[in-house]
Amino acid sequence: MPILVNRETKVVVQGITGREGSFQTRRCIEYGTKVVAGVTPGRGGEEMDGVPVFDTVRQAVASTGADCSLIFVPAAAAADAILEAAYAEVPLIVCITEGIPVVDMVRVKRYLRGSGIRLIGPNCPGVITPGQCRVGIMPGDVFSPGPVGVISRSGTLVYEAVAQLTSRGIGQSTCVGVGGDPVIGTAPVEVLRLFNEDPDTKAVVLIGEIGGTAEQEAAAYMASEMTKPVIAFIAGATAPPGRRMGHAGAIIVGEAATAQAKKEALARAGAVIVDSPADIGAATERVLRERGLL
Amino acid sequence: MKVHEFQAKQLLQEYGVPVPNGRVAQSPAEAEAIARELGVPVAVKAQIHAGGRGKAGGIRLASSPEEARDAAAQILGRRLVTHQTGPEGRLVRSVLVEEAVRPARELYLAVVVENALGLPVMMASDAGGVDIEEVAAATPERIHRLPVDPAIGFQPFMGRELGLAIGLGGELLRQGVQAMAGLYRLFVEKDCSLAEINPLVVTEDGRLLAADAKVNFDDNALFRHPEVQALRDPHEEDPLEVQAQQMGINNYVRLTGNIGCVVNGAGLAMATMDAIKLAGGDPANFLDIGTVNNVERVVNSFRILTSDEQVRAILINIFGGMARVDVIAEGVVRAFQEMDVRVPVVVRLAGTNVEAGERILAESGLPVVRAKDLGEAAQKAVAAARGEL
Repeated sequence: MPILVNRETKVVVQGITGREGSFQTRRCIEYGTKVVAGVTPGRGGEEMDGVPVFDTVRQAVASTGADCSLIFVPAAAAADAILEAAYAEVPLIVCITEGIPVVDMVRVKRYLRGSGIRLIGPNCPGVITPGQCRVGIMPGDVFSPGPVGVISRSGTLVYEAVAQLTSRGIGQSTCVGVGGDPVIGTAPVEVLRLFNEDPDTKAVVLIGEIGGTAEQEAAAYMASEMTKPVIAFIAGATAPPGRRMGHAGAIIVGEAATAQAKKEALARAGAVIVDSPADIGAATERVLRERGLL
Repeated sequence: MKVHEFQAKQLLQEYGVPVPNGRVAQSPAEAEAIARELGVPVAVKAQIHAGGRGKAGGIRLASSPEEARDAAAQILGRRLVTHQTGPEGRLVRSVLVEEAVRPARELYLAVVVENALGLPVMMASDAGGVDIEEVAAATPERIHRLPVDPAIGFQPFMGRELGLAIGLGGELLRQGVQAMAGLYRLFVEKDCSLAEINPLVVTEDGRLLAADAKVNFDDNALFRHPEVQALRDPHEEDPLEVQAQQMGINNYVRLTGNIGCVVNGAGLAMATMDAIKLAGGDPANFLDIGTVNNVERVVNSFRILTSDEQVRAILINIFGGMARVDVIAEGVVRAFQEMDVRVPVVVRLAGTNVEAGERILAESGLPVVRAKDLGEAAQKAVAAARGEL
């Protein structure tokens, strides 16, 4: 059973009638994802490509039994959308939206604490279990089923890493974009734990970046618990300090936030560090062969 | 987004945090008049978006209005070079003239969001007046931190705990609690990413004053704060970055190398810079074109990069997800039609609608260099910048 999403996952899309929401919903359905409902306030009773649209998440869940929400709502209303899904007790919420104010996410995260509801994102590409379920915006055809779990703070670097894996015949168990914001629902270390406990995952590719201490938290967990090989790349070795590099969370403030500090922490915890983003696939293949996992 | 010290202090004052009396001046005569009105001695402080002003000669004490005028004359119009400005320095266009405070003690207060907790944290230290990073490295026990639950906000007991920990008592403790409460409210209500008072001084006559302050804002929240946007000083930003923002390219950071980059996604954009460096080159910029599918934005990216005289080659690295590769390819074609692109362009395309994108580029007959993956793209861009391609 893959982590987070699988072929049984029933998805409600919040913001389904918007431009990106509708385009990406169609891609999800083409991929095989069970999209059972959409939500757009004021458009209840309509349909989009045969998917029933509701005014509220609560109505959508009551009629369809949706157990995962995919959010495309614009930044100013996104925190409200996440909280609406949480109030409707949707157990897994995946928020793609970029640009949500940090103060809004602080309140959302506080509300979710202890609720048992898992939020992935925001500012992320979503979650995909190749061959089963795509809850996000990633190009489905570069993914393939297999034994490697992928965790990334960046969306496009998931695609980059996965394309390298797939072209070498190495498939993925599940790929999780945790998001590029300073405050996110699920930290890389939590996904690392899920992969460590997942029998279908043999190795993990961890893609971090400058800013914050998420990689150090992952390293601390790895050192004591991780039983599977981890291959890590940290983006931003050449980024100047004090400048925000696109992602709101990608800014070097203090020594711990540098790529070098993160690489050192992960290396000490036993990760295989890849310096060039072009070598992620090759390094993973080498590790899998060395450990007799391929 | 950053603001000047005088703007930060105005905000603090609005939130009940006491600051020294002062006003901003653009000319020596104005500085003299302000000093006369405030009474001397005064401090004359260069207003630029960078720290380290004192050591660089950007802060002077004046014991008469005439001295204030002379100090302003020496600072205004000068390029101040500090450890945060880079060697080119920053042109000083205004000075803050304020009552000089005589500190008996220097403290530190700040609110930031701690990412790992997902909560705002009030930080307090009795080691104010120096870089807090240095305090954290040398004497971490002198920094006290209290996470604040947004459900209840900053409570007076939190202020008392922290105030006592940094040596405040009696009337000063009451003032300290009030300053912390104001700082927290400012942070939340104005959507700050940092609200810092360093130093918070205890004056010889027993008052608490924010002698220096730094307030940064969450760019994601500017949409709901027109009053904060109005504080922006475009002079403090790189002209090309300002131009990029006006064109809707919010994620452009100018660097010092010669390979211009256009990439989708912040992580891939950083990774592309890293790959260029590893291939022996130097990136001229970070540019995340974002996920809005807009031909004009690609054209505008070219406009920015071709007006950067450092740029010797352009590398376009796109892995489409939400962004569609065919739209990017159309943008590249249009850019070549609308402007004179004189540097070699290396293009790597992958992801959503890549076949359509490849077809558009092939049919255009443009002299772009193609690369099949990220490694090859970086190598070719480095060779192109050296004139070896």
